Amino acid sequence: MFSLDLQTVLPEVILSVYAMVALMAGVYTTKDKSAGLLIWATAAMFALVAFLIATREGTDPAFFGSFVDDGFARFSKVTILLSAAVVLVMSQEYLARRNLLRFEYPVLVALAVVGMMVMVSAGDLMVLYMGIELQSLAMYVVASLRRDSEKSTEAGLKYFVLGALSSGLMLYGASLVYGFAGTTQFEGIFLATAVDVPLGLIFGLVFLLVGFAFKVSAAPFHMWTPDVYEGAPTPVTAFMATAPKMAAIALFARVVFDGFGGVVGDWQQIVAFLSVVSVFWGGVAAIGQTNIKRLMAYSSIAHMGFALMGLASGTAFGVQAMLIYMAIYVIMNIGTFAFILSMERDGRPVTDIGALHMYSRYAPMRALAMLVLLFSLAGVPPMVGFFGKLYVLRAAYEGGLTWLAVLGVIASVIGAFYYLRIVYYMYFGEEREALDTGTSPLLWGVLMASAAVMVFGVINLFGIEPLAAAAAATLVN
Amino acid sequence: MGNLLSLTTFIPLLGAGILALFLRGDDVAAQRNAKWVALATTVFTFVVSLFILTGFDAEAPGFQFVEDRQWLLGMRYKLGVDGISLLFVMLTTFLMPLVIAACWDVSHRVKEYMIAFLVLETLMIGVFVALDLVLFYLFFEAGLIPMFLIIGIWGGKDRIYASFKFFLYTFLGSVLMLVAMVVMFAQAGTTDIPTLMGYNFSSESFPILGVQIVGGVQTLLWFAFFASFAVKMPMWPVHTWLPDAHVQAPTAGSVVLAAILLKMGGYGFLRFSLPMFPVASEIWAPLVLWLSAIAIVYTSLVALVQKDIKKLIAYSSVAHMGFVTAGIFALNQQGLDGAVFQMISHGFISGALFLGVGVIYDRMHTRDIDAYGGLVNRMPAYAAVFMLFTMANVGLPGTSGFVGEFLTLMGMFQANTWVAAVATTGVIFSAAYALYLYRRVVMGDLIKESLKSITDMTAREKWIFAPLVVMTILLGVYPSLVTDITGPSVAALVDQVEVAVAAHGSESAIASAEVAAPAQH
Repeated sequence: MFSLDLQTVLPEVILSVYAMVALMAGVYTTKDKSAGLLIWATAAMFALVAFLIATREGTDPAFFGSFVDDGFARFSKVTILLSAAVVLVMSQEYLARRNLLRFEYPVLVALAVVGMMVMVSAGDLMVLYMGIELQSLAMYVVASLRRDSEKSTEAGLKYFVLGALSSGLMLYGASLVYGFAGTTQFEGIFLATAVDVPLGLIFGLVFLLVGFAFKVSAAPFHMWTPDVYEGAPTPVTAFMATAPKMAAIALFARVVFDGFGGVVGDWQQIVAFLSVVSVFWGGVAAIGQTNIKRLMAYSSIAHMGFALMGLASGTAFGVQAMLIYMAIYVIMNIGTFAFILSMERDGRPVTDIGALHMYSRYAPMRALAMLVLLFSLAGVPPMVGFFGKLYVLRAAYEGGLTWLAVLGVIASVIGAFYYLRIVYYMYFGEEREALDTGTSPLLWGVLMASAAVMVFGVINLFGIEPLAAAAAATLVN
Repeated sequence: MGNLLSLTTFIPLLGAGILALFLRGDDVAAQRNAKWVALATTVFTFVVSLFILTGFDAEAPGFQFVEDRQWLLGMRYKLGVDGISLLFVMLTTFLMPLVIAACWDVSHRVKEYMIAFLVLETLMIGVFVALDLVLFYLFFEAGLIPMFLIIGIWGGKDRIYASFKFFLYTFLGSVLMLVAMVVMFAQAGTTDIPTLMGYNFSSESFPILGVQIVGGVQTLLWFAFFASFAVKMPMWPVHTWLPDAHVQAPTAGSVVLAAILLKMGGYGFLRFSLPMFPVASEIWAPLVLWLSAIAIVYTSLVALVQKDIKKLIAYSSVAHMGFVTAGIFALNQQGLDGAVFQMISHGFISGALFLGVGVIYDRMHTRDIDAYGGLVNRMPAYAAVFMLFTMANVGLPGTSGFVGEFLTLMGMFQANTWVAAVATTGVIFSAAYALYLYRRVVMGDLIKESLKSITDMTAREKWIFAPLVVMTILLGVYPSLVTDITGPSVAALVDQVEVAVAAHGSESAIASAEVAAPAQH
């Protein structure tokens, strides 16, 4: 049995061992000369593990059900690993030029990714907490990677304090759930709610959900997001906006369906509330922002609102919609951050959107790619971002939440305004001092690839639909 | 030629792709090449679309040239034309070469300009040929992007405000339609438009928050679609984006906007609102009729006091679209025929009027009516052409404008005499503002110093107007060209609405009888 269990967690084990070895290698070779190499090696490792996971089949509970390897976990893990790999590769040049390339960076990212993989596979509240903490602790450190910058350390500290608070809430909720259900395993919780639901269990659930809302940065628990996004070095922000979001929302889905799938009515209204507040606040609060990183923070809040809308429906189709939405969201964000990473003037990073005045004049291809991404983020067809919205709207309607769908689309119109504002700077602005254009071909490639996905995905979404459907079917049954 | 429609739809996109990928540089030669490629593409598209016209069987009411492929989530890539949509496709392909030719003098970012128009053409044709709900929405919404850029990059002084207003206004209208589409998709289990036309959405009344919704689901869906199409049309009181957009847009942009983009709203009413929600259409027809009547009179009066030529024509467009909506919701053969006819005819006339404004704007760089006067002395050809289209706009018999207005008024009269009476006064007002404009701009003595050296139309400009003149007069004296094609489809549509309404009437009669029955005991 034990060896079978180990086989199930093999991908996590491989990555953990790799992280340790890399750490040792880094320590003993001293200095950060190998960091660049290490980044590529880590990215390759991610891709390898993603491949390993993609070839697996079936549902394997391990360690008496505390850890589950099923279609849902695999879909999420592959998304997490691939996006983390791309973001790592993207960050190499940026970090190197700013003397931030430390060997700890890829190691910490690898550990965070292990944490995320544990999160999405958790079948037990303890395992869940372990995953979250592993992920979070690594992320706190990475956020303050730029030690001599006030903003970066502030970001790390803020992230840590609020993250610790949310962990506390979550733990409290978990203890209540344990107390009233008599078990920490999701299966046991599911059984405990089958007959009648003690009030304490609902209390526990609410605290758990609040903790998760912190992690996915859903309003009104989003306060840390803009500051941390702004303060952290841009590659780290790019990382935070992609893989951890996928992990957190997958975990969210895992708990509410595996643990509380029998009492959908009890959490549906909470999730719907989080969703509607997020889409509106994400849209409204971004209007006044001029820093593109802060703007992306609010954008991610709004997007999480839409992803939660799929979840709120409480159906398998809703989960499928959420997975498709997240996959699209991750690809869009990778492209957008590739663009933000390449925003430089005289070799110094620029984050003010005012600096994009007439960008289309001297960098037409980049501007066009960014235009595609922005309209995709706004959910305007024919860009793929629209299909994400279409799926979650349908899920919301089928879950009986038509009001949520209506409010959601109205909020998306508000949100469209600030995406359009970036288009305005790039295309309609005045001639101003130009940004550098000769930056990294790698970032250029990522940006173009991401934009191309957004345009050509209209043909068949690259076949992601049946995969997501199969993944959702393993979670909700 | 099994995929003639796909071909027509995507040839412009192909042209745009060629421009984007293979054309380099920004010198005069590159600009000229871009224009020629764009012109050749649009002309070629028109030629291909002629095959659709000649191969179309006007007797049959159903969809023809149907293409059907699997797409996502049970949605389909399905294209087809019937008597109604065919004419809009032809209008689009016919006008686009003229539009390209009209922006021959543009020298600012020419390549992008041409790409924007070509992409827009693909999207516009797509709207009219799509036979899948989501595919339609895709084309319908995507059209906002190139138009937003056209207004924002090549527009006038307040172009930023106008482009944002245009985008957000229309976007807000259509997202509600998106929710309605999702509801239809979930209820009917398909997004196939022909199937949905035959699907009976429930029209049973139910309460929401204590308010009884007459017409039930149909009414809600109808209003969601109405929100989108009424903004697009645009109908009073949601028309305010149009004058801004028109005034700020470059000439070619205005032409496309007035001649084709506005027609999407009317087309939407014909394709979705009437056949899919017949009961709701019947219930809410008086609302639309009165809104239209108000639009006709009110915007005509507003047009009377405008100081900007383009704004005046924009308001006149709103008024003429009022005839269209009133004709559609008269729900009879004359009204619907007239509405389609009016849309086609308005496509030529308003396009020509905006082109006419473009001609003098290119020379004087002002749209202020006061800056002109006595143009007839130096520009006789221009004066003649502008005269013709002014008269067509007024609805003079012998021009296509008359046929459309006459038919819609006839339809309106059968549906609601009072609305027809109010709308008819609009015809008088339209004569007033149009002739008043003509007098101030073209007639009189040429006393303004700045106009002394103005030149008449060039050969290129004359060639642009020639096809429009021909079409306007041809349709005016021989309207069967249009009505023969639309007739069977419109007749089928009217039948369908009447049958559905009658069925609903008997159902509710039975229902009320059942309610009443126990009381009699």
